[in-house]
Amino acid sequence: MKTSNEPNLPESDAPESAIRRRTLRSFGLFALAATVPFGVYSWIKNSPKVFGIKKPLRRVLDANEQIARTYFSNTHLVKTYPREEAAKRPRVNGFDGLRTSLPADWKLQIDRPNQEPLLLTMDDVRALPKQELIYDFKCVEGWSQIQHWGGVRLSDFLERYKLGTKSGNAPAPDRPTDLYSFVGMETPDKGYYVGIDMESALHPQTLLAYELNGQPINNQHGAPIRLIIPHKYGVKNLKRIGRIFFSDTRPRDFWAERGYDYYLGL
Amino acid sequence: MKRIVHKHPLAIRWFHWINFPVLFVMIWSGLLIYWAYDPYKIVLGDWTLISFFPDGFYKALGLSRRLAEGMAWHFVFMWLFLLNGLLYVGYTIVSGEWRHLVPNRHSFREAIQVTAYDLGLRKTQPPFIKYNGAQKIAYFSIMIMGAGSVLTGYAIYKPTQFYWLTALSGGYEMARLIHFALTVGYVLFFVVHIAQVIRAGWGNFQSMVTGFDVLKANDPAQPLRPAPEPQPTNDPTPDPAPIRPALS
Repeated sequence: MKTSNEPNLPESDAPESAIRRRTLRSFGLFALAATVPFGVYSWIKNSPKVFGIKKPLRRVLDANEQIARTYFSNTHLVKTYPREEAAKRPRVNGFDGLRTSLPADWKLQIDRPNQEPLLLTMDDVRALPKQELIYDFKCVEGWSQIQHWGGVRLSDFLERYKLGTKSGNAPAPDRPTDLYSFVGMETPDKGYYVGIDMESALHPQTLLAYELNGQPINNQHGAPIRLIIPHKYGVKNLKRIGRIFFSDTRPRDFWAERGYDYYLGL
Repeated sequence: MKRIVHKHPLAIRWFHWINFPVLFVMIWSGLLIYWAYDPYKIVLGDWTLISFFPDGFYKALGLSRRLAEGMAWHFVFMWLFLLNGLLYVGYTIVSGEWRHLVPNRHSFREAIQVTAYDLGLRKTQPPFIKYNGAQKIAYFSIMIMGAGSVLTGYAIYKPTQFYWLTALSGGYEMARLIHFALTVGYVLFFVVHIAQVIRAGWGNFQSMVTGFDVLKANDPAQPLRPAPEPQPTNDPTPDPAPIRPALS
């Protein structure tokens, strides 16, 4: 049964010696080519580590970040859900930066160039318009959960307090060079810290959150105020913010130092 | 003189053998990632048939607590997997190889006959040119599965940027499940593939390296053509074969 349009395979006649020679040559090349994956593996394995991961891998992860930051749009919004779908008991997963108790004199500290640090209370933060966000929180481990957060847009916050720029003005889209490249955040005890690229920080769904399911967030979830950045994995969503600062170089990042990608953009 | 059949073009052999270590790295690093959140199992009522995976599995293979490493390898080698796959698909389309590969309306019946033959329930297998019906279905499926892995992979990797892809995959969690299930499919394919390659014997295996297979006279297991043709005079080029007479 010859199928309709499948051509026959080409055939030819060859002396046995030629076949043997050809076979040997093919297998020789095959064996040689088979050493390449072993070579690549040992090259990677013998490379020095850069922040917990082998240098060649780290370089490609950074290249992936460049691809993402160059070609992807920062205006895509994370999918939101109706309030009823939010988890009643949002999952807690990690206590780094929360192992000490919250200082009684806690204030949100924001470092500014050529000025004294700005110190704000929760009332100062709450004075800004409140945003709610019900979205699928995604952990780098692979699980996700629909959660309901409330707080202020980080972009509103930076605008209100004229932060994130070298000039000390509010961030303006027409002066991109005035913006710092990164926002750094750390817990009061400096036990946990993240760095966020400025584009992601200014995303309209990035929040300084102080409510979870309509209630003030509890200690385990990062009271009194935490970062909710829905287009990054959970590890970037720093709890219990102590200090915010701005930089043109990557601020240190807790999990990036432990072998994870720095960008982790979704 | 012997009659040889030029079975696998050089490009196909490259794509095939490049895919082998690359897919290995993808599966291995995928396991390192999957360890961090491993909820999948196959249950029948209250009875767990298979759990992906028991603790002993991770322990035996040393897969525990290596998520960062797994992600790094996965997001590096994904580019090679994607590129190799695109080149393979592009080549099969442009070269016309797809005619050997894409199943047709006879393939399913053929596949059943081939399976019956493989299980010893039939004396003969239906004739075929390059791949029998079962092979066509298997190899074509694996190509579609590869596309599925890439698409669901990006759906998990960038669910905000590729929100439409995530939606198409049935959501973020479904995309991860499909991505995992496809990988199980590769492993099952691999097991059958290796068994069949061993069954088919050396001549078949070496053709994936050399590109050609030596035809034996009256080999019932390889009824490629009714009889070797005297001379491929209809070939447009006088010397199309990789084996040149000058070698002899």
